[in-house]
Amino acid sequence: MSTSMDTIADHGPAHHADTVDRSGPPLVEMKDISIAFGGIHAVDNASIDLYPGEVVALLGHNGAGKSTLIKILSGAYKRDSGEINVRGETATITNPRDAKKYGIETIYQTLALADNVDAAANLFLGREIMTPLGTLDDAAMEAEARKVMGRLNPNFRRFKEPVRALSGGQRQSVAIARAILFNAKILIMDEPTAALGPQETAQVADLIKELKKDEIGIFLISHDIHDVFDLSDRVVVMKNGQVVGSAKTSDVTKDEVLGMIILGKCPPGATPGPGAMRD
Amino acid sequence: MSQAVSDAPAGTKSVQAESGFKRFLRATEIDTRMLGMVGALLVIWIGFHILSGGTFLTPRNLWNLSVQTASVGVMATGMVLVIVTRNIDLSVGSILGVTGMVMAIVQTTWFTPMFGFNSPMVWIATIGVGLLCGLAIGGLQGFVIAYMGVPAFIVTLGGLLVWRGAAWWVASGRTIPITDDNFKIIGGGSDGSIGASWSWIIALVAIAFLAWSTFNARRQRHRFKFPVKPMWAEYLTFGVSALAVIVATFIVNSYLLPGPLARRYAEANGITMPEGGLEIAFGYAVPVLLFIGVGVVMTFIARRTRFGRYVFAIGGNPEAAELAGINTKRVTMMVFALMGMLAAIAAAISTARLTSATNAQGTLDELYTIAAAVIGGTSLAGGAGTIAGAMLGALVMQSLQSGMVLLGMDTPLQNIVVGAVLVVAVWLDTIYRRRAA
Repeated sequence: MSTSMDTIADHGPAHHADTVDRSGPPLVEMKDISIAFGGIHAVDNASIDLYPGEVVALLGHNGAGKSTLIKILSGAYKRDSGEINVRGETATITNPRDAKKYGIETIYQTLALADNVDAAANLFLGREIMTPLGTLDDAAMEAEARKVMGRLNPNFRRFKEPVRALSGGQRQSVAIARAILFNAKILIMDEPTAALGPQETAQVADLIKELKKDEIGIFLISHDIHDVFDLSDRVVVMKNGQVVGSAKTSDVTKDEVLGMIILGKCPPGATPGPGAMRD
Repeated sequence: MSQAVSDAPAGTKSVQAESGFKRFLRATEIDTRMLGMVGALLVIWIGFHILSGGTFLTPRNLWNLSVQTASVGVMATGMVLVIVTRNIDLSVGSILGVTGMVMAIVQTTWFTPMFGFNSPMVWIATIGVGLLCGLAIGGLQGFVIAYMGVPAFIVTLGGLLVWRGAAWWVASGRTIPITDDNFKIIGGGSDGSIGASWSWIIALVAIAFLAWSTFNARRQRHRFKFPVKPMWAEYLTFGVSALAVIVATFIVNSYLLPGPLARRYAEANGITMPEGGLEIAFGYAVPVLLFIGVGVVMTFIARRTRFGRYVFAIGGNPEAAELAGINTKRVTMMVFALMGMLAAIAAAISTARLTSATNAQGTLDELYTIAAAVIGGTSLAGGAGTIAGAMLGALVMQSLQSGMVLLGMDTPLQNIVVGAVLVVAVWLDTIYRRRAA
C-alpha cells in the first residue's frame, strides 16, 4: 500500500466510485435481530442490509457479535427475535439448508472443510451430483471441481488428496470455490484472508471485485482495515452485540472507523445505530 | 488455523524425488496399509504353519478359518462406519445374543408350526424377524445417541447389559435348539457349502466383476479426460486380484467331504459309491459368501452413496458437515440402525452354525469386532477407515485365535496374546499415520 493511497483515504474523498444501485429492494435485510446465549446478549437488536453488487464490511472487536449475526443469516444459529427479508420477501432460515435455498453461501473463518475427503467431495458436500442410478457421480463432481478450481487457483492439481494435505491457501480456495460454485446471490466471507499470504490476499481481492460485477452482494468480516477500505462500499461497526453505526466507506476515514470500533463513537458521516455512544 | 500452517510442508514433500517403490505404489494406487496387513497375515499364517508342524495352511483349516471369520467379520464392516463417525458400539455382542435368541424362539414356537416343518417360508420369516429386531435395537440406541445427546460409549455400554439381560429373559435362560434345516445352511457345514462347480462359477462371476469395474473406472476417467493409471498397473492389480480369487477357490475346493459324510451325500443324491471313495469338495461355505456379499454391499454404501459420503464427512469435521446442511443426527442414528442389522446377520450365522441359541452367544464379540476394525485401519479419532481393511482385520484376529487353538495354547494365554497384539497393531498404526501426515 503506497503512502499516497493512505493519504487520500484518510482525507475522505472516495478512492473508488460508489456505483451501487440502491433504488430497488435490498438483497438482504436483517431487522432487529437478537440472540442470547445463556444471559449473554451476543446480538442485540441489530439491523443491517445489503444491495446487489455491494460489499458491506462488518467490523468490530472479537466478541462484538459480527460472526454471530452472520451465522444467523447462514442458518448456523437460530435467532431469538427479528426478521430476515431476502429481495423484499420474508425469508424462513432455520438451518444451513434453508439459507442455501435463498442463494446465501458462507465462507467460514474456520473454512468448515471435512479434512478427510478430497476437494471435490468438499465442494459438493450436501449437494452431491448423482448418477441416474442414484449413486455418487464422483467423476462429474471432479470435472466440475477442476473447472471452478481452474478459475480460482490455476496451479491446483491435488484433486485426489484429502484437503488435510493441502496448504492454507489451497484450503482457502476450496472453501471459496464451494461458495461460488452454486451461483450464490449473497456471499458471506468471514475473515477470508486471515490465513493467506500477500499474493493470495490480492487474489481474493480480485475475486471480490469480479463477484461485485455479477451483482452478487457480499458481507465481508475482516480485521484488516486496509482490506475493508479497499474493497467495501459500506461499513457497519458492531460493539457489544449492537450496531454502532453504518456509513458509506467514502464518507468516513480510517481513524473515524477505528473510533467507532474502539469507543463506539459515531462520526458525522455515519448513521448512528442503537449501540452508538451517547454524549 | 494452526492446522493449515502445520500441514503446509506436506505440499512440498510430494515434489521431492520419489524412490522406485514409491512410484510403483503411486502408479498402482495400492494402499500401503492394506499391503502391510496382507504381509502381517502371511507372516501369521506361515508362522503358525511352521509352529504347528504343517497343520495350519491346509484346505481344511483355511476353510474352517473362513467360516469362523464370517460372524465377527460381518459386524466389523458396520463397526467401521460407527467408529468413522467418532462413535463406538459396545453392544454388538449382546445384540447378537438377543437377536439370535429371538430368531430361535420365533422359529421353533411360531414359524415351524405355522408354515410346516422345513418350509422355505420358515427361514425367510426367521431372518426377517431377526433383521427387524436388530434394526429396531440399533435404531433405538442411535436415537438416544443422536437426538438425546447421550454419549455412544454410555448408551452402548448400557446396551451391553440390557440386551444380554434381554436374551436371558426371553428364553428364561434356556438354550433353544433350532429345527429348520434350511436355516442351518446359513451356518456353513457340509450342507451349508455350495460344492466345487458352484464355487468356480462364483469365482468366474467375481473375476468378471473385477474386470468390469476396472474397465468402468478407466472409462469414467477417460470421459472427463482425467489422468489415468498406466496400463501395466491396471493389468497388474487386476491380475493379482483375479489370481487371489482363483487360489481361494482352489483351496476351498480341495477340502473334501470326509468318508461318512460323502457316503451320506451319495445316498441322498442317489449316487452309487465308487470303489476308491467319493471325492466331493466343500467349496465356499454359505456364511463366507454372505460375509463377502455384506462386504461388497457395505463398500458400495460407504463409497458410492450419499449416506456413506456423509458418514465420512461427519467423521472428518462434524461442524462442517452440519454447516454443509447435512442432517448429522439422522445419519448418526442410521449408522447405529445399520450396525444393529449387521449384528442380526451375524446372529443368524452363529446361531445356524451352533444349531442353537444360547445365552452366552456373542459374549466378547464387541471387543473382537472393534479390534478387527481398528487393526484394519479404522481410526478411533474418526473420519478414516475402509470396509475391506476391517474384513482383513477380522481375518487376522481369527487367524491368531485359531492358530493358537491349533498349537494347544490355554485360553488365558490366548487372551493375553490377542490383547497385546491389538495394542501393538494400533501403536504401529499411530506411527504410520504420523509419518503419512
